[in-house]
Amino acid sequence: MMKPKIAFYWCASCGGCEEAVVDLGEVLLAVADLVEIAFWPVALDFKRADVEALDDGELAAAFINGAVRTSEQEQMAGLLRRKSAAVVAFGACATHGGIPGLANLYDSADILDTVYHQAPSLANPDAATPSENSRVAEGELTLPAFSATVRTLGQVIDVDYYLPGCPPPPALIGSAVTALVNGKLPPKGAVLAPDMALCSECPRAATKPGKLLVTQFRRPHQTLIDPELCLLAQGLACLGPATRAGCAAACVGANMPCTGCMGPTSNVIDHGAKALSAIASLLDADSEEQITARVAEIADPVGTFYRYSLPASLLHRRARPAAREDEEVAP
Amino acid sequence: MPDNHFQPKIVAFFCTWCTYTAADLTGISRLAYAPNVRVIRLMCSGRLDPQFVLAAFRHGADGVLIGGCHPGDCHYQQGNYKTRRRIELLRAVLRDLGVEDQRLRLEWISASEGEKVQRVCNQMTEELRRLGPLRLEHPQRQPAEPAGKTR
Repeated sequence: MMKPKIAFYWCASCGGCEEAVVDLGEVLLAVADLVEIAFWPVALDFKRADVEALDDGELAAAFINGAVRTSEQEQMAGLLRRKSAAVVAFGACATHGGIPGLANLYDSADILDTVYHQAPSLANPDAATPSENSRVAEGELTLPAFSATVRTLGQVIDVDYYLPGCPPPPALIGSAVTALVNGKLPPKGAVLAPDMALCSECPRAATKPGKLLVTQFRRPHQTLIDPELCLLAQGLACLGPATRAGCAAACVGANMPCTGCMGPTSNVIDHGAKALSAIASLLDADSEEQITARVAEIADPVGTFYRYSLPASLLHRRARPAAREDEEVAP
Repeated sequence: MPDNHFQPKIVAFFCTWCTYTAADLTGISRLAYAPNVRVIRLMCSGRLDPQFVLAAFRHGADGVLIGGCHPGDCHYQQGNYKTRRRIELLRAVLRDLGVEDQRLRLEWISASEGEKVQRVCNQMTEELRRLGPLRLEHPQRQPAEPAGKTR
């Protein structure tokens, strides 16, 4: 029998998802016996032409990690979509936009300007800026286009399954691959992780006070964190109440608050809004002055509540500056 | 006023016990206010999920107005305090996302303050008119383009 073919690809990501696949260790060896890896730029020497040569739908599954920022990533996502029976958005960036998605706080032109002209560590005497086409002595050189915003994979192509996490937990990767190989597929659009809040599997759940009140927010470096006690009860902005379980509370186990990489549960549209709602409800503050003081203790509100989900959020990106009254406005 | 003059859209969430009743009083008292405000009635301002505010912005609102009972007067004891906390934290997030403070307004309006509904709605409409429309961008998924040649 022919082994099912699978592909791995990365878009705007850090490589941690690829690392997670390698970290499967012996599980990966077992998987490698069951499938044929047809494309994996990070680990194996296949080219884009090899993918183009496949029949449409020939790949049983493509695991694509990373958000989508460039025209090349968009084209590769489209190509893999055509060649694959199932596409899995692999990791927080592909699923919700992830850390690269925080670039949606800035305009693309400002990002290029900062990186190529303003950064203090820069040596760029000719003030060169990358452009899509440049003419050099040897001919014309091209670069992929840098799009206006960072998008999730699902905002670019049709996605069958989502496997969130930064990176996805090994146990979830293992069960996802096994399910695909055995053809025991969940309904399309499913998130391949438990549909419960992280608090439900948190080892500190028993220490969560019945009436939780936060009198002061602390950041992890500002306090000695008790390794047993609920982190919210210690004033740390832990996103556990609003974040999907499935990671076995890895960060909490390492004495760090949950930052929300698994995204929300299925009943939530906007992860950050739900997370801030949950945290705000715990504030031990009634007057405006008290509330303002507590809110000021959260150093980076968007980075705290939308760390992995800004592109997938209802607003998607920072609003453009408002049109002034004298500007012509479409009715 | 010319027809092409910017008319801000405002979505208002009013609690049924105080501000919505006040808005009824505004009408009964024949106090006209800006037609830019679309009122949605909630049982309590504490029912306001921050997602409602963001969804309103996403679907074209230029401003969101929330009306609840005065502190201490909530029909459910604590609901308006919860709203106050959520809205302040949401405002901090919105500020970083380029959404001006004037676009999200929280007002305590009791059932007897019909004229306050009129004043707040008119004021907010004028402020947003000066501020201009909220400019958001959402990704529109293109049909998967056929993979081009390697560039």
